[in-house]
Formats: sequence, C-alpha cells, structure tokens
Amino acid sequence: MGKTSGGRAILPAQSLQTLIDVVHSQGYRLIGPTLEDNAIVYDDLENVENLPLGISDRQSPGNYRLEDDPSAGYFAHVVGPHSWKRFLFPAAQKLWSATRVDQGFSIQTPEDETKLAFIGVRACEIKALQMQDRVFSQGPFTDNGYGEKRQNCLIIAVNCSRAADTCFCSSMDAGPRVTEGFDLALTELQQGRHDFLIETGSANGEALLKELVTRKAEDQDFAEADAQLAATEASIQRRMPSNIPEVLERHLQDEHWQTIESRCLNCSNCTLVCPTCFCSTVEDTTDLTGQHAERWRYWDSCFNTDFSYIHGGSIRQSGAARYRQWITHKLSYWHKQFGTSGCTGCGRCITWCPVGIDITEEAATFCEIDKRS
Amino acid sequence: MVSVEGIDRMISEHPFFSGMEPGYQAMIAGCASNQSFEAGQYLIREGDNADHFYLIRHGAVAIEVHTQGQTSVTLETLHEGDVLGWSWLVPPYHWLFDARAIQLTRVIAIDAACLREKAEADHSLGYELYSRIMPVMSERLSAARLRLLDLYGSPRKGQ
Amino acid sequence: MKTSQDPMTPNLFQVQRIRRELADTFTLELTAESNNEFPFLPGQFNMIYLFGSGEVPISISGDPAQPNRLIHTIRAVGSVTEGLKSCKSGDMLGIRGPFGSAWPVEQATGQDIVIITGGIGLAPLRPAIYHLLANRQRYGKIVILYGARTPADILFRKELERWRSRFDISVEVTVDQAVSNWSGRVGVVPKLINRADFAPEETTALICGPEIMMRFSVKALQERGVKEDHIYVSMERNMKCAIGFCGHCQLGSQFVCKDGPVFPYSQISSAFRIREL
Repeated sequence: MGKTSGGRAILPAQSLQTLIDVVHSQGYRLIGPTLEDNAIVYDDLENVENLPLGISDRQSPGNYRLEDDPSAGYFAHVVGPHSWKRFLFPAAQKLWSATRVDQGFSIQTPEDETKLAFIGVRACEIKALQMQDRVFSQGPFTDNGYGEKRQNCLIIAVNCSRAADTCFCSSMDAGPRVTEGFDLALTELQQGRHDFLIETGSANGEALLKELVTRKAEDQDFAEADAQLAATEASIQRRMPSNIPEVLERHLQDEHWQTIESRCLNCSNCTLVCPTCFCSTVEDTTDLTGQHAERWRYWDSCFNTDFSYIHGGSIRQSGAARYRQWITHKLSYWHKQFGTSGCTGCGRCITWCPVGIDITEEAATFCEIDKRS
Repeated sequence: MVSVEGIDRMISEHPFFSGMEPGYQAMIAGCASNQSFEAGQYLIREGDNADHFYLIRHGAVAIEVHTQGQTSVTLETLHEGDVLGWSWLVPPYHWLFDARAIQLTRVIAIDAACLREKAEADHSLGYELYSRIMPVMSERLSAARLRLLDLYGSPRKGQ
Repeated sequence: MKTSQDPMTPNLFQVQRIRRELADTFTLELTAESNNEFPFLPGQFNMIYLFGSGEVPISISGDPAQPNRLIHTIRAVGSVTEGLKSCKSGDMLGIRGPFGSAWPVEQATGQDIVIITGGIGLAPLRPAIYHLLANRQRYGKIVILYGARTPADILFRKELERWRSRFDISVEVTVDQAVSNWSGRVGVVPKLINRADFAPEETTALICGPEIMMRFSVKALQERGVKEDHIYVSMERNMKCAIGFCGHCQLGSQFVCKDGPVFPYSQISSAFRIREL
C-alpha cells in the first residue's frame, strides 16, 4: 500500500453497497463504523444500512454525545471509543493451548485465516496502524498473529469531513488528509449531491475500483474535496507542541505530576481507547482436570499498580508516576524506541477521560514550566 | 617495642592519617604504640574505659555484641587500613561493643587520654582528628542502614 | 497447527536434575526435547513456563561453553517459582529464549574485571565468570566481591571457595549478619570496593544485585574513578513477554527485556536518580 497511485473516480453514494458487496465477495470480513450503545463503534458490516448515516458526534474533554443530523453523511462522525487495534491486537487473545502427554505436554497454536477489511479508517488511524506495525512486526521479533492479519488487511480510508473539538492530528503530522497506507481512500462529497471521490493507494485498491461502476472524477470534484479537507484542518483547535518530547524528559520530577495525580482516577480509559497503546499481560490457566492449559494475552495498562510489579512490590506506586509513564512513553520515549511519536492526535484520550484530563493541555503546561525554568 | 621513628612511618603510611601534616603525625606518634593480638584475643570489651583506639595494619577484627542464649553476634568486621573505635571521643569514654581479633592482628594503638589532651591544647589538631573520624562514622552508619534494609532477605517478609 | 516459531510459544525442555542450593534457592538442569544445543551469551535470560501455572523470567546460570545443558538457578519467591521448586527429573518445562543483552565480556578484553554481586545476583554472573576463567589470559586482574545475608545464604559456596583458592583471581565474600563462628567478613559489599585491588581507569565492572546495593556500588566505583560507561548493571523489571511487546519492563526509553537486562550504567543512570521511573 503506498501513496495515491493514480486511480480516481466518483462513486455515487447510493452505490456504496456495491463496494461493500465487492469486498465481501473477495472473502474479507468487513468492519466499519456502526451505531451501538449511543456511540459509533467498529463492528461487522453486512450492508450499507449498518453505517451511521445522518449521525454526527460532539466531543469535548470527558464528553461524547451523538446527535441526529439530517445533513450528515455516512462518515460525518469523527473517531469514537474503538480503534482498529482491537481487531489486529485483540483485547483478549488465546496465544496457544497445551495438553498433558505422559510426563510432558504438547502445544497447539490457534490458527485464524480470516482476512480483514476496514472501512472508514481515518488518516490518524492509518498512522496508528503504522505505529503498531513498528511495535509488533518491525523489531527483532514479530508477533505472528498481528503480522499476518495486518499484511492481509484491506484498508478503505476516509478523509475527515469535519474535526471534533478534541482532534489535534494536524500538529502530529497525522491528518486530516489520508496520504498513505491505504488501498482505497474515500472523500464524502455532499454539496448539492451525495457522492464519494475514490482514490486508489495500492494494486489491490486498483483492482477493487475496477469492480465498481463509477464515473470519471472531474476537477470540480477534487476542488470540493480539497476545500472540505482545508476547512476540516482549519477547524482543528488543539495542538501538540513540537518540542514536547524533550520538554517532558527535562521535568520528570516536577511538582505538576502531583497536580495531575490529584485529578487522575487511574481508570486506564486513555490507554484502552488509545489506538497505539500496546501494553498487554499474559495469563496462564488450566482446566479443572489439570490436563489442558491455555495462555491468553489481554490488554493491560500502565495505570494499573500491578503493571510494574516485581517481587517485593510495584515500581510505580503513585498515580503521578503512572501518568508520567503513560505520557512520557507516548510523547517522548516512543521516539527513541520506534522513531516516531506514539501519539496520532486522535483525541480519544481527551474525550474518554472521565475527568477530562487533556493531553494537549498538560503538554502545554509542561512547556510553560520549561520556559520558566 | 619499636622505635618512635618506626611508629612515625607506620602512622604516615596508614590510610587513616595519610596526608596529615608531619608535625601532627609526630604529635600522634608520641601517643602511639605498636601492638599485636592473637586470633581470639579481645582488643576491646564492652563497658571498659575507652583508653585506646586502634589502626589496623594487618589482620581482622570483629566488632561483636554478646546476646543472651547464643554466641556473640558479629556486627561488622574491620580489616587492614581500618580504624577501630571512636568511643574515646565520646564522653563518658566507655566502649559500647566488644572487638575481638579473628586472626593474628597487628595494630597501632593510640593512647586516647594522651591524644585528647593534645587535641584540647591544639584545636587545629582536634579539627584534623574529627574530620578524619567523621567520614569513618558516616561510612559505618550508612553501611549499618543498608544492612537494616535486609537487602537479600525474603521479599515477601512483612507483607 | 502452525509450525513456524512464534516468539510467544515455548519449546519443551526436560528436567534432568534439580539441585538444592539454599533453603529457598535451587538449580535446574534441563535439556531440550529436540536434543538441540542451547547457545546463549552470559547475562541472558529465558522465560520458563510451568504447565498451567505461568511463566517467569530467569537468567541462565550455566557455562556458555556447555550449550548442551541449560542451567537455571532460581529463588522461590512466587507461585511459579515455588512450583518449579517441586519439579522432579523427567518433568517437562516450556522455555522461550534466550533473550536480552549480555555482559560485555568481549569488549572488556584486556581490562581488569570487578564483579560485584549479592544474594541470588551471583547466578546471572556465573556464566560470565566461567567465560572469564576459561579465557583467563585475556583479562587483567579479576576481582569478585559477593555479599549475602548470612553465611548460610552464600550461593555457590563451594565454587566461590574454589575460585578463591586460585592465585589469579581475588574473591571477597561478606555477609550482613553472622555469629562469632564465622571467620569471614561482616559488612556491606560497597565497602569491599574501596579496598579491592584493580586499576580503576582500566576496569570494567559488572554488577548484579538488589537495586539499592547496585546504587551504592556504582557510587563507590565512581569514587575510585571507574568510568561510567565501563560500569554494567543487570536490571530487574516486570517481564511478561521478553520481546518488547507487553510494555511491562519499560525503564524510561529502555525495554529491560530486549535492550537489557545488562546495561551500561550511563544508559540507565536516570533509573537510579528518578523514583518510580
């Protein structure tokens, strides 16, 4: 999957179902945004009715509300509580099972040959997938499950037609325009019409586009798409200071960590909604007969006290130390570990923090502290 | 008994007095004598008058405390280059622990009353002595505190 | 069933012998079910899986020149290690590894070597000691400084005595507590550093023990003038995956499992300065 590879066309919105059908016919499990429990989440899509047409969202620190908006298209919402990592790096995953044989045991690894297709992937989310690629498949070790699924994954991206109040992708160089890492990219155009501008980003995408009945994209289509993206970008209010990696590392012992601690509930919401957080734990279990054992991997969070437990006690006893671990890992250490920031500016951690702690605001505070010191 | 010149040299060579002004070293030598202790012999007994302190030249000394119902507990061992004893600087100048040679040990013994008198008469000498004994006390206190942590003990103890 | 080697899937090893070292410490001798050799570098560790009970990170304590037997010395401090303690010969265990960085025995060629360790910390250093002794002529002075809780807690006591009896290596053992029948040293390890015989500016120091002991040992070494980047420490953090996926063992920007456990002190000095890092 590379940059836009040339194929461009207009798909009328009423033909969106044909795209879904083509993806299904190629054997993919198609996952996309859908309405559930008053939130837009990612789940299996059977048909176009599963998409949240006419629904928009309002987000602010500690706040997420959906609203009906007759003018809203299929992808008028911004990112919700789910991210794509839950399909490539599931929250609970059986790594293997083992059965006792004589004095020993034998190990079986589960196989999953499902091919995944994601529709509605935002620029920041592509960035997040690429960040997790670096963790799970570009280091000295490869996570087999992740690597295979990711490699076979079809990405149908969407350019954001608006930004949430919590978005700051533009200052993370992660959006709002989709520029790479997709098979198809959609831009929903609704000025006096309802169409999708489709751009291809891979040979797979090209082949897919050929299966669809489309018309040629004209200059005015590109102009409308560009104007919409420019407006989205212009509406982004929050930003992450570019010197934050060094700033945080200079103030690891500042008193402000205690101020954050006094607000933070250590609930771990931020790490669960974060599309790049990859920490996990493993649990080994046996059944009652003791003949059958399994190893499961579960999402874990650096906000849990047990996370840093070594015999004798946990390293990070205080909430301040645990918040510091999270934000410094995300914004500072990630650069040293993986060559990029660990933040895409998606704003989920701001929205889903029950007390509305805002990563951009805390970053700005540390920059102020840095200026004063 | 060795000559005063010999004691002078031993004092100047011992780490505890190294770098000290020769004049002061000579004053200290005037209070010093050369002694040796067989393995098992006590240099110091708890409760006795602290009338000497010792610079260990060779050998090893255990600082011990006697506890009821068991053999003595060794609190620390001192070796070549160490200084033994500071109760001679702390009124009422009584030893708080035992010190026993655990092998043949050769020391420079310094007459505490003699040196206290000289330090009283020349506070600069007193200052020199205190600035050398303080780091020793500090090091021993740190070591005692480290051992208080029971670093190698069972991690589950007390939880 | 997938046959490709997933880094999270253990290989089977059989317990050949179990040897009691101390009241709570034991050594397992394992061989691969496949009969393959198990090459490793001194300082590396494995994840040992006890069927149904769980997995623990344990450093390798055997001789790197004998890759046909895998040796682990383990202190029973939790449910898995307690379970491993009751292993019998013939039992099967899962092994993932070897993982992590090694003691810099090659880079230290020509240098004096000071090994500073306490308690179970001697186990991860033993492979390095074997290597140094097998290549004795390539190094300057070799000094081993070891601390234990009491004389009864001295790990590998017979070996320490054997090393001590050699003329080309100096071994000092000290304990925290003893009664008067102990004729050795009583005191802390950092104090041994002040008097040990080595040339500070040409010394590589290898340290493994409780973090506080390492902190004070580094200080004592620095006071003697040993260069910061010639001091190596083996760090302990929570490890679940051993391959940098699970995030538990992070220490600043380092993953202890894959960037460590052996670090040049200069690389992780912040861990000694900043609390709860």
